Amino acid sequence: MKLLLRLKLIGLFLFVSNVSAKEIIIEPGPNAYDEVQEAMILMDEGDTLILKSGNYWFEDGLSLDVANVTIQGDGMDETILNFERQVSGAQGLLVTSDSVTLKDFSILNAKGDALKVIGADGISMIRLKTEWTGGPKSTNGAYGFYPVESENVLIDDCVAIGASDAGIYVGQSKNIIVRNSIAQYNVAGIEIENSYYADVYNNLASHNTAGILVFDLPDLPQQGGHHIRVFNNKSIDNDTDNFAPEGNIVGEVPRGSGIIVMANSDVEIFENTIGGNGTVNLAIVSYGSETEDSNYYPHPKRIQVHNNEYGRSGFEPDLSTGDLAKVLHEVSDGEMADIFWDGVLPLSQMVFGQPDDEKLKIDEQNQPNFLAMSPLKYLIGLSNPIKKDIRQYKGEIIPLPAVSLESL
Amino acid sequence: MNRLFFIASLLFINNSNAVVDDIILADSFPEKLSEYEFFLDTKAQIPNDKVIPYELISSLFSDYSLKQRWVYVPSGLKAQYVRDEVFNFPVGSALIKTFYYPVDERDLSLGKKLLETRVLLRKSSGWQAVSYAWNSDQSDAFKKVAGKTIPVDWIDSEGQLRAVRYRVPNVNQCKECHAANDKITPIGPKARNINKELNYSHGQYNQLAYWMDSEIISEIPRRLESPVDWSDYSQNINARARSYLDINCGHCHSSSGNANSTGLFLHLREARNVNLGIYKKPVATGRGSGGLKYSIVPGKPDQSILLHRMESMDPGVMMPESGRSLSHDEAAEMIRDWIAQMANGKSF
Repeated sequence: MKLLLRLKLIGLFLFVSNVSAKEIIIEPGPNAYDEVQEAMILMDEGDTLILKSGNYWFEDGLSLDVANVTIQGDGMDETILNFERQVSGAQGLLVTSDSVTLKDFSILNAKGDALKVIGADGISMIRLKTEWTGGPKSTNGAYGFYPVESENVLIDDCVAIGASDAGIYVGQSKNIIVRNSIAQYNVAGIEIENSYYADVYNNLASHNTAGILVFDLPDLPQQGGHHIRVFNNKSIDNDTDNFAPEGNIVGEVPRGSGIIVMANSDVEIFENTIGGNGTVNLAIVSYGSETEDSNYYPHPKRIQVHNNEYGRSGFEPDLSTGDLAKVLHEVSDGEMADIFWDGVLPLSQMVFGQPDDEKLKIDEQNQPNFLAMSPLKYLIGLSNPIKKDIRQYKGEIIPLPAVSLESL
Repeated sequence: MNRLFFIASLLFINNSNAVVDDIILADSFPEKLSEYEFFLDTKAQIPNDKVIPYELISSLFSDYSLKQRWVYVPSGLKAQYVRDEVFNFPVGSALIKTFYYPVDERDLSLGKKLLETRVLLRKSSGWQAVSYAWNSDQSDAFKKVAGKTIPVDWIDSEGQLRAVRYRVPNVNQCKECHAANDKITPIGPKARNINKELNYSHGQYNQLAYWMDSEIISEIPRRLESPVDWSDYSQNINARARSYLDINCGHCHSSSGNANSTGLFLHLREARNVNLGIYKKPVATGRGSGGLKYSIVPGKPDQSILLHRMESMDPGVMMPESGRSLSHDEAAEMIRDWIAQMANGKSF
């Protein structure tokens, strides 16, 4: 009897908590903006907002600031949030709350960024698409997926097309998984910037200017990006001319770059397929511009590269964008490498050598073309400023831990 | 006994010329602005007892709309001064701001069109923001949680007919500007921002002195570095520019604001050149950069992203991101002069 009562009470409790989570269903129509935005404001924690299939025409940006909710469409090709006629708002959808799940819809032709997430702990983006449908243009918005200053970020099974900066961009964030996604016809396909603990895997980055970027930049609240694993991706045929507006760091990335690692530490690049990239398959470089930021470390360290497959590269170097292709072309006499390390280190390390535990390690099966520079020799004009023997960089690979997301 | 008390309390509410404190403190917002009784005459915007008008030395540009502001602090309570920050207002306080356009800027006696009244309420859980849009006969304003678009026109000071697609912000958009460390916070009423004379119905006084006399603040800070009125051409241009950037940009562009991730900090106290934008490269600016390389290039306004984004009216480029659809030409001209006069590489 007592047990039965207890079970009843538990049943009641479950029932009550189920009742409190409700579904709000909205269909496209002339008042869709007010309906959707009002729902995104008035919904309670635990609620699901369902956007039925069709085209939603929005003139203003949407925003969500309620924690622990789900926004769900009928599929990325069914539920279309179309911002073609947008006149206000710096992004299509802005999310500022924690533990939000977004799935199964598209955001098209936003005037600024398509989907921006600021300061969230727990954001899942699943089967979403962001696209600028007019092809690669500098007037397209900067980012498709743009979580920043967030933690526990999941981007899964998404599609990003046509961003004038990066299709999928994760900035100044922590605990990140980007997987099973497709990034095409963006300047950068996938970019992880100034971030800690990211796993980027099972993605396809093709027909971008550059496939996958792991960057760190100075003068920002969070810097010193580290613990980034890039594995089992295909970064292939990145052949779109750079269409980023000048001034942005990705504007300096040459067409035909597979993967570029800049100024991060503890990066592991493995089991990727990288090919068809006209400038270089994999480049590991320092931040090249001047900065007065004394907290910033501009050089990559503890970078491990292993078991990748390399296709054709360097067959059409983009000498007109930035310095990377130019320098590589010059020092290699036109024989572009699959893997390029610019060799730039703090001066003392260039003279006396780099600490062993910070050195670049490369362990590849099929002996790709490799080229590293000796910048000091290059600067003072000595002959033979380059190293081509990849075996010098062989070392014991120490795998980085997998990322696990909390509160999801 | 109970009934007597009930009747007495009813009489008390009905007879007093007082703001309804319970409504400020309630969990939800009332539907109509008049329910707070901030005004003796809502339509004419005649404030109730203890509802004190105030002005800021420099104010945020909102598509050339004009603003009237009031502060309310419950009887017997006082706001505490906090250096460089908004007064620490006691629970039950309210900040009220009505946005309107004059029919004709050249002749204000021709009347005005009230658009919305924004209310910031200091509840026990913290500040909350809500906006009320005025109805067409201007008799009352009604709660708009999801915002509203109001097409409006007015004749400007040059005699030109101007039109604007005015946006009443939704509560999330309120937070975009009013969030500090993710909590809603007022922006304007810092001691330094109200340190100026104002014509009250019974004479002209310094606002801080008046607030002290009205017993709504506990002290007047001794030394106060105040911004200047950015439109006061007799002032130093650096002070004018920094004052304008502070009140228009500094709430987001600060380490506690929404634009923290940009590393561009435009509040009055920022002293590092690169964080002020001088030779600062854009970070996640995208096409907002307009093909320019730095936020500010001293001496070169046309190469400065900051001015480009101030002048733009493209939603994907313009700054601020919300609250503006027109460009603030006079301010842009001042920022242009400021950057043009900046000595190359020298701090300012």
